[in-house]
Amino acid sequence: MNATGAPAVAFDRVSRTFGEVRAVDDVSFRVEDGEFFSMLGPSGSGKTTCLRLIAGFEQPSSGHIQVHGVNVGGVPPYRRDVNTVFQDYALFPHMNVGENVEYGLMIRKVPKAERRRQAEEMLAMVKLDGLYARRPGQLSGGQRQRVALARALINRPRVLLLDEPLGALDLKLRETMQAEIKAIQRHLGITFVYVTHDQGEALAMSDRLAVFNQGRIEQIGAPAEVYDHPASVFVAGFVGQTNLLDGYLAQRIGGFPATFSIRPERIRVAGEEGGFGFDIASIHGRIAAITYLGATSRLNVQVDGGELIVVEPNVDGGVAPPDRVVGAEVRLTIDRKHIQAVTDAS
Amino acid sequence: MPSEVTPIPSLRSAPPPPRGSVSSGNPVGTARHGPRAGWGLKLAALGGLLFLHIPLAIIVLYAFSIEEKSFVFPIPGFTTKWFAVAFEREDIRAALGLSIRVAAVSTAMALLLGTLAAAAVWRSRFFGREAISLLLILPIALPGIITGIALRSAIGLAEIEFSYWTIVLGHATFCIVVVYNNVLARFRRTNRALIEASMDLGADGFQTLRYVVLPSIATALLAGGMLAFALSFDEVIVTTFTAGQQSTLPIWMLSELIRPRQRPVTNVVAVFVIAVTFIPIVTAFYLTRDTHDVAGSSK
Amino acid sequence: MTTAAALPREDSFLQRLSTSLYLRPRLLLLMLLGPPLLWLGVIYLGSLFALLAQSFFAVDEFSGVVVQEFSLANWTGFVTNPANGDIVLRTFLMALVVTIAAALIAFPVAYYMVRFAGIRTKAVMYLGVMLPLWSSYLVRVYSWKLILAKEGIVSWVMAQLHLTWLLDAALATPVVGGPSLSTSYIGTFLVFTYIWLPFMILPVVAALERVPGSVIEASGDLGADPGQTFRKVIFPLAFPGVVAGSIFTFSLTLGDYIIPGIIGSSTPFLGQAVYSQQGVAGNIPLAAAFTVVPIVIMGIYLTLAKRLGAFDAL
Repeated sequence: MNATGAPAVAFDRVSRTFGEVRAVDDVSFRVEDGEFFSMLGPSGSGKTTCLRLIAGFEQPSSGHIQVHGVNVGGVPPYRRDVNTVFQDYALFPHMNVGENVEYGLMIRKVPKAERRRQAEEMLAMVKLDGLYARRPGQLSGGQRQRVALARALINRPRVLLLDEPLGALDLKLRETMQAEIKAIQRHLGITFVYVTHDQGEALAMSDRLAVFNQGRIEQIGAPAEVYDHPASVFVAGFVGQTNLLDGYLAQRIGGFPATFSIRPERIRVAGEEGGFGFDIASIHGRIAAITYLGATSRLNVQVDGGELIVVEPNVDGGVAPPDRVVGAEVRLTIDRKHIQAVTDAS
Repeated sequence: MPSEVTPIPSLRSAPPPPRGSVSSGNPVGTARHGPRAGWGLKLAALGGLLFLHIPLAIIVLYAFSIEEKSFVFPIPGFTTKWFAVAFEREDIRAALGLSIRVAAVSTAMALLLGTLAAAAVWRSRFFGREAISLLLILPIALPGIITGIALRSAIGLAEIEFSYWTIVLGHATFCIVVVYNNVLARFRRTNRALIEASMDLGADGFQTLRYVVLPSIATALLAGGMLAFALSFDEVIVTTFTAGQQSTLPIWMLSELIRPRQRPVTNVVAVFVIAVTFIPIVTAFYLTRDTHDVAGSSK
Repeated sequence: MTTAAALPREDSFLQRLSTSLYLRPRLLLLMLLGPPLLWLGVIYLGSLFALLAQSFFAVDEFSGVVVQEFSLANWTGFVTNPANGDIVLRTFLMALVVTIAAALIAFPVAYYMVRFAGIRTKAVMYLGVMLPLWSSYLVRVYSWKLILAKEGIVSWVMAQLHLTWLLDAALATPVVGGPSLSTSYIGTFLVFTYIWLPFMILPVVAALERVPGSVIEASGDLGADPGQTFRKVIFPLAFPGVVAGSIFTFSLTLGDYIIPGIIGSSTPFLGQAVYSQQGVAGNIPLAAAFTVVPIVIMGIYLTLAKRLGAFDAL
């Protein structure tokens, strides 16, 4: 039923409107088979609607969606070879953990013993051995998350959709789960489409990511590509922290009038000697504020025509160089290969 | 009489008071006013509750009275013989049987129609949602006599003969809202994503209905059904207008009230009616209370 | 793990039906909404409008047959008959007095329940209000026939307390009095108040529960004594609940015909007038005109109540 070599998911000029609102606006992209693909964006940017279009909970207002080469227009969710991990897990409260996990198999009339065997196997994979008979209400947030994952994977979908699955967890647990989800994806080798508003999560987990804004995709690429070469002001600002240069500063550092993005950690605080050259822009300024952030420190440096944010690693423990005090005059150097001209399309 | 239930549906359809609010409201009040919850207030509160219950207790007392002709107090002596007498009466048995059959069929229809309406209102925002709620509440919000007389004249105009089915027609009309309110309140506490999750895992609409939707609303259906049954079992005003020659138990009681024949037997029937309606009400109360507790503790 | 389990391809009839409904949510909505809407919208509302329309028909004076032609004769007859005005006024005053009495009894019960009762006591009290509300109306009316009977418990208690003179004085009062409690306005008033009381308590409880504890604490912190807090903070916030409850006590009193028929003097109330017009006299147009009165009064009342914010307390 599936053409070999076809992308796992392909959007061809897809729009979805709700009354006057264009939730998804003429979006095209492809997710390759076996890829970990993230859809990143602020709330209301259309990423969740795209996920729901793939799952079949929404139908496109125009355009076509293919899953493994098959046009899924008019195919209801229960006929799609795609499963979903929901944002709030959506575990069935009237069933125990095992029955939740087995649900897909029960619907397909798999015999009871076989269901049980597979459910135990799935629970082991998500490290919930022995919780088969618990009720969802008795589980912690992280455990519910794992049940949701096991339940979605038991049908062995070719594409797994994850809708902000870690949104409700605290920071420490999020990091553990990120690693585990990534490991499961590698182990199973199936396509994951992952929706998140957390840029750090998207950068850490994805093979490729799409940055959504106002129903459109601003940029698609590998994490480093998107981070280093943001295509637009929006992407530069949403993915990581950045300095946006325009007017005098853009002319002075970039060399021509445009809007440029330069990441704070790419700006060096140089001494008076060294760091000169054709590709190096140099600018003097005064430290207006210092914020200690543990692994790094953030300097706000007042320069002609604006303020630059600089992030430096704290390599020498608590011993900062003598000129890192508020009010100190410093010279900043910027390698021009790190600056990126960005469009202000949106 | 059907209007009697109005506040319950409305209270039930309101979001259940979160348990937290009860416990966070009370300690403050208790701490600040506890010593001052003076005798005046306690007596007034107790008095109000006693006012509600003493008349019922008095009926129970009179059912054991040996006095036949008057309502003399204190009762001159105890006997249980009236229970046996009432049990042997053919007219009472017939009325009871009719009441049960009417209540059962009306409840079944109300369960179906009320659940359909609740599902429609829950699953989509459509033009006129509020109008639907108003329409459903109307039969019990308007005085029963208006509903009764309207149905009677319409049945007359349509030249339908008054029968068992015209009674059911009237009862189902005002029972729908009881089921609707209970089921809608439950739906509103049910995560919509559960239905999507079920379909996502391969279940079609009917399988989702069977394995996810019905189990989620089961206790609300049971509670709504019990209340609808109690409501129908007791109804008298609309029934007077929609019944032909048949008499339900409340109609039988009403005729005894207007023209008493055997007072002790009426007392026994009254006690029986109290008992029969208390069971479903208490059950419904606990069914819906439990779900509040579960919802509260899982948060 | 990489092989996808093939989904069964042949669809059963139910699956095909499910799919076509899934893809047509409006059709599904129509199927859900259709039966209840047909029932209530056509059968019930239709009957209601047919009834109201009939108030514009007239009854032929000789044959007693309803003439199905538009006519204001029925309405002019209704408005110009002074007896009808008396009925409306009597019922309206009774509804008013019953509402006030129910509010006075209900408030302390609700207030104690929400502010002072522990969780268990509160549940018991709640059930204690719910049970009479849902239990048989007729049985509860009947109980007052026992209580108010000449030889009944009230007379006995009064005699024990040597207060029979008080009872006699009350019954001797003009207008409200009568030969016995069960045949006087006092009796009718007692039964109405008793029957509708739960309808007042529950909305007041709901309104009081919405008064946050922090507000009361704040009032105390700002120097108000409990009495001031009650008057200035709690009562104004709970008042919409009283208004919400009064909607029920008022509406139910306006439409009831059984209570004044069983306990009370022989003067008719609105509900009884409707009942006798349609039942005994067979004059549906006049009965319909009578039913318009409570509908109009309640319409005005609901508009006022909405202004006072009572709908939030329902």
